[in-house]
Amino acid sequence: MAEMTYRGALRATLREALQQDERVFLMGEDIGAYGGAYGVTQGLMAEFGEKRVKDSPIAESVLVGCGVGAAMAGLRPVVEIMSINFSLLAFDQIVNVAAKLQYMSAGQINVPLVIRTVTGGGNMLAATHSQSLEGWFAHVPGLKVAAPATPADARGMLAAAIRDPNPVIIVEHSLLYPIKGEVPDGPHVTPLGKAKVVRAGKDVTIVSYLRMTLTALAAAEELAKEGIDAEVVDLRTLRPLDRETFVASARKTHRAVVVEEGWGTYGIGAEVASSIASAAFDELDAPVARVSGEDVPMPYNKELERAAIPDAARIVAAVKSLL
Amino acid sequence: MARKTPVAGNHSEAPSAAPLSAEQVAESYRLMLLSRLLDERVYALNRQGKAPIVASAQGHEACQIGAVWALDKTRDLFVIYYRDIATCLALGYSVSELMLGYMARRGAPFSGGRQFPYGGADLKRRVINTSNVVASQIPHAVGAALAFKMRREPSVAIVHFGDGATSEGETHESMNFAAVHKLPVIFFCENNGYAISVPLRKQLAMARISDRAAAYGFPGVTVDGTDVAATYRAVREAADRAREGGGPTLIEAVVPRLMAHTTDDDERRYRTAEELEERKRRDPLPRLRQTLLDGGLLTADGDSAMRRQCIAEIDQAMAAAESTPYPDESTFYDHVYAPQAKK
Repeated sequence: MAEMTYRGALRATLREALQQDERVFLMGEDIGAYGGAYGVTQGLMAEFGEKRVKDSPIAESVLVGCGVGAAMAGLRPVVEIMSINFSLLAFDQIVNVAAKLQYMSAGQINVPLVIRTVTGGGNMLAATHSQSLEGWFAHVPGLKVAAPATPADARGMLAAAIRDPNPVIIVEHSLLYPIKGEVPDGPHVTPLGKAKVVRAGKDVTIVSYLRMTLTALAAAEELAKEGIDAEVVDLRTLRPLDRETFVASARKTHRAVVVEEGWGTYGIGAEVASSIASAAFDELDAPVARVSGEDVPMPYNKELERAAIPDAARIVAAVKSLL
Repeated sequence: MARKTPVAGNHSEAPSAAPLSAEQVAESYRLMLLSRLLDERVYALNRQGKAPIVASAQGHEACQIGAVWALDKTRDLFVIYYRDIATCLALGYSVSELMLGYMARRGAPFSGGRQFPYGGADLKRRVINTSNVVASQIPHAVGAALAFKMRREPSVAIVHFGDGATSEGETHESMNFAAVHKLPVIFFCENNGYAISVPLRKQLAMARISDRAAAYGFPGVTVDGTDVAATYRAVREAADRAREGGGPTLIEAVVPRLMAHTTDDDERRYRTAEELEERKRRDPLPRLRQTLLDGGLLTADGDSAMRRQCIAEIDQAMAAAESTPYPDESTFYDHVYAPQAKK
């Protein structure tokens, strides 16, 4: 085990993939000499050259579309979209093509494309740079959507994504990049589609993903001080969704709160809550509660932004409302 | 037509490629005739409720066949669009295979009945088609060309699209990206003057679509797309240049659209009776027939015999497709995801 930042863990996996598989190449805006808008690809162009680490024009649609074409032709492109907000410019290629080509061609062509992108708010980047849109992609059959919350998962899930024969979107959170954590030594793969109980507890289940998993863990610590023992489940992969793990937890604790940073209306939390309610209705002692981002375009002002994003206090309050 | 139709190529240098042989010209005519008769038949099938949607290639056949002659089926990639019927026949698809696609039957070549006719992919024959969202196929040719270049393969990717696609952002992004990376890709625009009902003068404010190439920094040519040989020469030149590392080319093949956009369209709402009459004079089929008759490569009797043979082939394909079952419902969820082992 070694301590690594989330950013460093991602970089280690990219480096390893570039070393081990000559089909792998990286493509994105400012990923070369600049090292990526969030520094993930720092040093990789110097090490592997411009052929393997390609700076692209500001053109998200062709960035993804070209990745689809290269993947179809046998390469393993890892495309970086600087922000999930800009992925909207590539929505056609992601949703209409990457997700469907395998099906539309009756299995003749698969698209082993990895898209890395950055989601979420908290940086005073306002309405068009702070959205959590991963749920839109998680809605689409044919895509896989992974959202690692820890350096170890970032390392292992990106490795799994690069090995996967399907298009995988890796959703990273800008506030997680400097976070440090223990990462197993050497290459390791964390299977996609497996949620994880990251804190065992018996009184209530808190289901979350990405940065909100850390917020949920902080809330669990607060609750512990008051003698409430919360179990925290990190979804880790949004599609395919591992319902079994969080439903089992809710069956055990009889109460559940679902937390997400993005908008609640039609949100990921709705899917999770409905899954728990349908599978474990008779075992629940209270309705499933939800904590989600406020239904507003993200304000620029720090205090207003803070009010729009769930925090530990809101999670604590939601848990208490069930007891 | 509201504007003068450009027909002459604006590439003046002598073509480097060997001209088509007499056999190739004669075969071009057979393919054109087969494509036309198939096209007419599936239109009828649509009206009988047997083929859900048909996009006609009538008027486009010559340029489609000429483009295929210019490329290498064993190593090049054909990113086609929904109107490429003659392209597929020239690539070697049988009418029986294509008929399965029209009728959405089991074993249909590109999608096994999961996508519009011609939509999907056929890796064995190096054909892909994701064009049902207009222009979305264009970046795929660019990406494949990137792979060819990275692996130092002497392959070329050609991507077909209509004039309507040239207004999409994806087209611009693709051409620019291909130019920056000097990729072996041929942008092949089958310009029939209409984006469904919107005429060219409402789509662009310049005389020629091919003029756009200059803005990206690669050659652009306009050819008479009703002329197999002219199209062949232009595509061959572009392919030779691409294989030598010279980067992309934009080819605009100007063709008449002899039918409505698709079977879902009634073009009488936006095309005048005169125009519908005028376009028949630009039909490539009688033109090539006359050339062959004049050159002694075809006789009137030979033409009739060829026509009967094509019709028999289509009859047979139709009967075979009608007796082919639909895709099995048990395969409904197959291929949503690729199995992990497939790498």
